Amino acid sequence: MDLKLLDVGPTDEEREAIDARLGPPASGWDGGERVAQRDAHVAFGGHSARARRNELLPALQAVQSRVGWISEGAFNYICARLDVPPADAWGVATFYALLATTPRPKRVLHVCDDICCRTRGARAVLERLEATHGAPHPRALGNGHVDLSDTDAVWLPSPCLGMCDEAPAALLTVAGEAPVERLVGGLTVDRALAMLEGRDNAENAARIPLPQRGQTGLRLLARIGVVDPERLDAYRASGGYQALRRAFELGREGVIREVLDSKLLGRGGAAFPAGRKWDAVARQPERPHYIICNADESEPGTFKDRVLMEGDPFALVEAMTIAAYATGCEQGFFYIRGEYPLAIERVQHAIDEARARGLLGDGILGQPFRFDIEVRKGAGAYICGEETAVFNSIEGFRGEPRNKPPFPVQAGLFGKPTVINNVETLANVPFIMLEGGPAFAKIGTAQSTGSKLFCVCGSVAAPGVYEVTFGATLRDLLTLAGGVTAGHTAQCILLGGAAGLFIRPDELDIALTFEGARAAKATLGSGVVMVFDETADMGDVLRRVAAFFRDESCGQCVPCRVGTVRQEEALHRLAVKKTRGSVADELALLDEIGVAMKDASICGLGQTAYSAVESAIKRCGIFDGRNAP
Amino acid sequence: MIFLWGANARENHPIFFHHVLKGINHGTRLYVVDPRRTSSAQWADVWLGLNVGADIALANAMAREIIHAGLANTAFIEHSTEGFEAYRALVEPYTLEVAQRITGVPADVIREAAHTYARADRAIICWTLGITEHHNATDNVLALINLALVTGHVGRYGSGLNPLRGQNNVQGGGDMGAIPNKLVGFQDVLDDEIRGRFDRAWNVTLQPNYGWTVTEMLQAMDRGELTSLYCIGENPAQSEADQHHAEQLLRDLDHLVVQDIFLTKTAELADVVLPATASWCEAEGTVTNSERRVQRVRKALEPPGDARDELWIISQVARRLGHDWGTPNAEQVWDEVREMAPDMFGGMTYRRLEELDGIQWPCPNEQDPGAQFLHARLWADPVGLPKAAFSLTEYEPPVELPDDEYPFTLTTGRRLDSYNTGVQTAGYTSPLRRGETLDIAPEDARRLDIGDGDLVRITSRRGSIVAPAHIDTSLRAGLVFMTFHFQDQVRVNLLTIDATDPRSGTAEFKACAVRVEPVRAPDEAPARALHRHSDPVLGD
Repeated sequence: MDLKLLDVGPTDEEREAIDARLGPPASGWDGGERVAQRDAHVAFGGHSARARRNELLPALQAVQSRVGWISEGAFNYICARLDVPPADAWGVATFYALLATTPRPKRVLHVCDDICCRTRGARAVLERLEATHGAPHPRALGNGHVDLSDTDAVWLPSPCLGMCDEAPAALLTVAGEAPVERLVGGLTVDRALAMLEGRDNAENAARIPLPQRGQTGLRLLARIGVVDPERLDAYRASGGYQALRRAFELGREGVIREVLDSKLLGRGGAAFPAGRKWDAVARQPERPHYIICNADESEPGTFKDRVLMEGDPFALVEAMTIAAYATGCEQGFFYIRGEYPLAIERVQHAIDEARARGLLGDGILGQPFRFDIEVRKGAGAYICGEETAVFNSIEGFRGEPRNKPPFPVQAGLFGKPTVINNVETLANVPFIMLEGGPAFAKIGTAQSTGSKLFCVCGSVAAPGVYEVTFGATLRDLLTLAGGVTAGHTAQCILLGGAAGLFIRPDELDIALTFEGARAAKATLGSGVVMVFDETADMGDVLRRVAAFFRDESCGQCVPCRVGTVRQEEALHRLAVKKTRGSVADELALLDEIGVAMKDASICGLGQTAYSAVESAIKRCGIFDGRNAP
Repeated sequence: MIFLWGANARENHPIFFHHVLKGINHGTRLYVVDPRRTSSAQWADVWLGLNVGADIALANAMAREIIHAGLANTAFIEHSTEGFEAYRALVEPYTLEVAQRITGVPADVIREAAHTYARADRAIICWTLGITEHHNATDNVLALINLALVTGHVGRYGSGLNPLRGQNNVQGGGDMGAIPNKLVGFQDVLDDEIRGRFDRAWNVTLQPNYGWTVTEMLQAMDRGELTSLYCIGENPAQSEADQHHAEQLLRDLDHLVVQDIFLTKTAELADVVLPATASWCEAEGTVTNSERRVQRVRKALEPPGDARDELWIISQVARRLGHDWGTPNAEQVWDEVREMAPDMFGGMTYRRLEELDGIQWPCPNEQDPGAQFLHARLWADPVGLPKAAFSLTEYEPPVELPDDEYPFTLTTGRRLDSYNTGVQTAGYTSPLRRGETLDIAPEDARRLDIGDGDLVRITSRRGSIVAPAHIDTSLRAGLVFMTFHFQDQVRVNLLTIDATDPRSGTAEFKACAVRVEPVRAPDEAPARALHRHSDPVLGD
């Protein structure tokens, strides 16, 4: 590609970080030193150079985590290495919230101000940080090149960090040769100040609170907090890798038949039958096939996948291997959101261990089957959880969803047939192998088989991930979690995440099954159950939901790009009592915007951006009798 | 695979390159042979940066490697070609090592390119002036044809040889006989039978002589044999090599008529200027593009002022010379073309051209859909005659090689946003245009202590000019590059050599030896004027 590069090179630090990811340059033509004997008469590039486009995001992340921001020189060098136009790479870098393209200090504290944390103490932290360290400034210290000292630090508000069970939460990132990335729960004002000021690097943040820890009858959560997630032998001693053996006995078609028989539905939110997805990919003649474990868990209020990855990573590697075997994949990607450093570390460790022990790579368990997994880190973009946006993100493009069809099973990652499953979906697979599909199908209800993880948080006595067999009601679940926080009463409950909807406290008898939720005109979504008590300012919560969608909209399609902004504006006017016309007029406007987004957006983000707001208004009546002119 | 050989299509054939990019997106491998790592070469899987004028050595070595590796298409060679044994003997000395020494391209890279080309399911070689603006232009082309014959990459869909045309209707000019040795439809002037047909049709007696090429015309002017010139749509005062000389020859003519849509530098020298029409919007007719597709052009505007349709002008000139052709319209002229060259154009009525969105020649009758590619007969059994002949092409270095006094090789070319001598493009601003520069490798710039934008004096055995330097990493040490887009400011063709290929008449614009020196004195006006001229903000 003929690149229009600027006349500025990378610093030694940047070059080192990039070369550590990409390897050293091959010649003067791809960013290396110009050597007359070698470079004067020949250059290689073209397809081989552009085939590395998928290294773009990892290369950008390498600079970010080493330096704290990505300079023009670093862009130039990455673009020369990967044959990507700088404007294109800029478009990618600016897409992701965790990447900075203007000078930013090495130490950054990302404080969650999303709906759970802000009703659980985050606002006090945020107010204090603003008072002592000034307003958050993502683009930081002026727009030019400024000298940043290593002791500089900034704080930034962050969308949901997936730590709602330990709200309020924060993510600490310290760029450097040995970068620090840690997710911290139970944030206090003092701790936030200590982390921001460099007195605390949150070294002891690796504990997983799990209310049901060690209880009998658990399936998906059985090993969590019980079996060492960093030792393959411990995993095998607790039954690990028996499912893969069983899969090899069943054969490829046998595995798919069992999964079809199990009636396993996807747990990411769309509830698509996993077996049908696998079957469709397995039947595609085009090769190669790819498999992706979608661990970009970013739905506000959702943290179940994090708990699985942190607590039982080997099971996910095994499950992915089974799926790959059944569908004919040789390469898998484990796409984990960048805000989950411990999950990334544990999954990476599990993959490395499995590879070292012959459970990944060539000839797995003596079978003529080859498979390997690469971990890919997100960089702060909710939309990348959308299945086609993941493809673009891995391929090195802006994480914008694609139009469907073609569907991922036909043309997914790199345009090839692709299986993409949620973490929790895959976690069920070993059980199906060992119990058999029909036996699995007997668990739960006829249409919702197996067990389900719920992320119970907000104003409850014991927040955390809960596993219940399908069929339990919302009341059963809240009882498990100890009910609403003592001394408080529920105002409303968010079911399914920001893309789900609010229900009233008198609707606790909803059955937590796919069909039960549907019958109640609700959704299980990603399994969020977030309780708001009477102290919560629901107008503020709704504005945060609206701000979330506005911020996370990729901007690709007009209904979502414009609609999410207009929705937030209307909610703001309602909150400050400066409505245009009556409250009813504003609500009618919101409805009209919502219908446009639902009908005309490309992907689920825009299609569901109004659902929580709509339910709060129509179902919970949060503007009824209030704010009336 | 696609070989772009001596062609910077990214900049000079941008529409064609768009199609190349489509191929690349579908997985086509692109190899670019060019002394500079041009913007086209930056898209290539492999860039072979050969020394200027070393093309035949590279082609012959590739052929030898293909033969020795057992990759020659022996069935095609036996069935469809002649002269292979002599060719095999000719290329035998061109080992990879010899080719590396001559071209500078590493032997293993040449080997890989040869194997990739020979093994490709479909492969085409495209070339332009990097092949033909040499004193041995014809041999350069024949050397590439030899490669296609060795591998059988010709006469099949997706394979072949393609000289890229620089303009929408260069091919059409040749089709219509606007070349010194052919009548319309590439019919040889020396063929008595053909000439007889034209004599009868036109009621004249055509002379059994080839005409002169432009270069030969200039030589004939020099000898005093050519004293009057009728020049249509050309600007030889600025486009010819050794420009001082060319301009003087034009001045010395007894009579010069220029027919053009612009008052070019040549027109300024003319006794009579005939303002003509812009053929793509002010006149009816046809054009033929690179893929031999004849397409209709239609009149959309009345020409301004006294400008006249060229058919009218020529008919009027003819009438005053004693031949009354009446006032033929474009379709009538075209129908005569179809009648006089029926094998090529017979089936191309205006109606069919319109219905089919153009037709690729040959199209002999109205049932024929036209030809998507040529030379399919080579694969027919029995093979159509004549068989394709291998040519004996030996490498010859450029006429002028660098030496101690003139240590640089100057090669010339064009850029994306300018067109030839600038007559049609200088009036438009472009954010990319930076005026004429001497492009020089960073190594040389450092050695000569030249910074980007510094004025340098460039001197050849024929002349000396001043231009700002532009440090360009696409060049290697010893190679410098200029265009000829800004002749009014920097007269690059004062430097170039007028060595020409005797068979095609093209001049060796691609290679001459020059000296480069920094200009330290503050009194160099021309280049500063140039800077102003090219300023996209200030405009002209």
